[in-house]
Amino acid sequence: MILTENISKLYKLEGVEVHALRGINMTVAKGDFLSVIGPSGSGKSTLMNIIGCLDTPTAGCYLLNGHEVSSLSDNRLAEIRNQLIGFVFQSFNLLPRLSALENVELPLIYRGMGGRERQETALSALENVGLGDRIGHRPTQLSGGQQQRVAIARALVGNPPLILADEPTGNLDSTSGKEVMTLLQKLHSEGKTIVLITHDMDIAMQSQRYVRIHDGEIVEEKVVPS
Amino acid sequence: MKLTQAIRVALAAIWSNKLRSFLTMLGVIIGVFAVVALVSIGQGATQAVTDQVQGMGSNLITLNITGRGPQRGISFADATELVQREGIAAAAPVISQRVTVKYRNKSTTPTLDGTTATYGIVRNQVAQAGRYISSLDLQYRQNVAVVGVSVVEDLFAGSDPLGQQIRIMGTPFTIVGVLEEKGSGMTGSNDNRIVIPITTAQRLLKTATVQTIYIQADSADVVDRVITSLEATLKMRFRDENAYSVFNQAQILDVMDQISGTLTIMLGGIAGISLLVGGIGIMNIMLVSVTERTREIGICKALGAKRRDIQLQFLIESAVLSAIGGIGGMALGYVVIDTIRRFTTLTPIFSLRVVATAVLFSLFVGIFFGMYPANKASKLNPIDALRGSG
Ligand SMILES: Nc1ncnc2c1ncn2[C@@H]1O[C@H](COP(=O)(O)OP(=O)(O)O)[C@@H](O)[C@H]1O
Ligand SMILES: [Mg+2]
Repeated sequence: MILTENISKLYKLEGVEVHALRGINMTVAKGDFLSVIGPSGSGKSTLMNIIGCLDTPTAGCYLLNGHEVSSLSDNRLAEIRNQLIGFVFQSFNLLPRLSALENVELPLIYRGMGGRERQETALSALENVGLGDRIGHRPTQLSGGQQQRVAIARALVGNPPLILADEPTGNLDSTSGKEVMTLLQKLHSEGKTIVLITHDMDIAMQSQRYVRIHDGEIVEEKVVPS
Repeated sequence: MKLTQAIRVALAAIWSNKLRSFLTMLGVIIGVFAVVALVSIGQGATQAVTDQVQGMGSNLITLNITGRGPQRGISFADATELVQREGIAAAAPVISQRVTVKYRNKSTTPTLDGTTATYGIVRNQVAQAGRYISSLDLQYRQNVAVVGVSVVEDLFAGSDPLGQQIRIMGTPFTIVGVLEEKGSGMTGSNDNRIVIPITTAQRLLKTATVQTIYIQADSADVVDRVITSLEATLKMRFRDENAYSVFNQAQILDVMDQISGTLTIMLGGIAGISLLVGGIGIMNIMLVSVTERTREIGICKALGAKRRDIQLQFLIESAVLSAIGGIGGMALGYVVIDTIRRFTTLTPIFSLRVVATAVLFSLFVGIFFGMYPANKASKLNPIDALRGSG
């Protein structure tokens, strides 16, 4: 599903060059549950942005489902994000003015799905994460754990094969964190490919496999013994 | 994304920032209001003037003689002779003066017109009650008067004036008719007027000179020819072009049309500029809004929003903002115009064309000034947008 060859990312800021990624080679097969682990600033988010088609590498080659991503237009990339990828962010990134249901509806709106069908699909996604009774709430009226579950519902509402989660438990207490991990494992068991980014070894151990990156390079790759 | 959906989201965004949205709209509200109100008043004024000039009678030529030196006019006989020429259907020489008129203990000061029986024909004014002065009145120097409705109001306050005796400068006159109502003209009220036989007026005012002659040409085609021939005769007689003036209503209409047309365009232009300023206000606030919602834009892009979706969202927001402002301005304009019509003598014309133009223009302003912010929003890189605050 995901194949990266020698991906590098170089940020230039006012003359200062930051090598966020230096030659990442990585494959993720369909149905994998991979963790990317590393300390803060090691380039994990940069990697996720590239995998998620939000950003392009400065060097190297990235194939998603066999397509070379860097050659695609902005519109095509938007479609890929909409169809193939579900994002879960550390800071939830819900739209504060919209209700939980409306937030979950967003990916479907950009897909052009009509009103009734869209609401029903969004509602069942919210029920899936156990928030069927909170559909009218604004993000500020929900706890952190609930907000992250709304975000997960939003990520999976369009039924994308790939879920990218960037430190999804980073802003949560341990109970809510566990709930989120349980949800991700459930999604994995339903056949989703999941890439989970974390700096916490305990979390990484709950996936199938992990890669450790440091200063933009992969320093360790390991299958988690089950 | 569907249009109705986009409009709903735009309305929600506008609603979530009520005060700011209102203040932004205020620029457009005032702009559209100014256009609607000023152009309506301008058009109303134009219409009023046109009506009056046209109401003065068809093919009317007005001849004013100020004379030269001690000779301040021409005699009634000369005047009668002067208008004996081809192309003139009827003429009414007038001796005019402001006089005091009394009835019992009430008095008023209308304009007295001493004239002939053709005055009503030439000036396109009939008697709405009673009769006009006749040639017999002229022949026998009858003390009869036809009075305007303002005079009737001032002196009789509702009771029937026909047959009543009034005193003009102390001399008793019998009212034989009431002039048809005409409203105010450029030369003052047409209704605050008394018409008597010119022969009587000569004796009453102790003057023989005629200063004004109203002339009706045979048709509109010969008006210019009649004016030229009159001017030729008068020039020979006075040897001074400033001693007389001849003009007809078409000329007055032209000049009036030009003046009020220019006025309307100027008013509309000034109002249009204020609408433009309103548009710049919208652009300003949309730019702020784009900056504030950078993160939101990033999220939408991550979820699959295309550039077009983001563009449409912001464009519709500014269009909705200015359209609401436009409708508000129109409503305000209507209320103010209605008030003006009710409480002043102005009669502004609330024309649908002006309203439609103003509202459409405001919508256009909204879209035009929304374009740049919308474009800016759509071009944001999703990563930078996600990092952005807000
Ligand atoms: N937009 C950017 N501009 C400049 N430097 C950046 C940018 N994004 C990330 N970086 C730098 O790249 C490195 C990796 O960042 P990031 O991928 O966010 O790390 P992590 O998610 O592992 O904490 C850091 O040193 C960070 O400062
Ligand atoms: Mg990070």
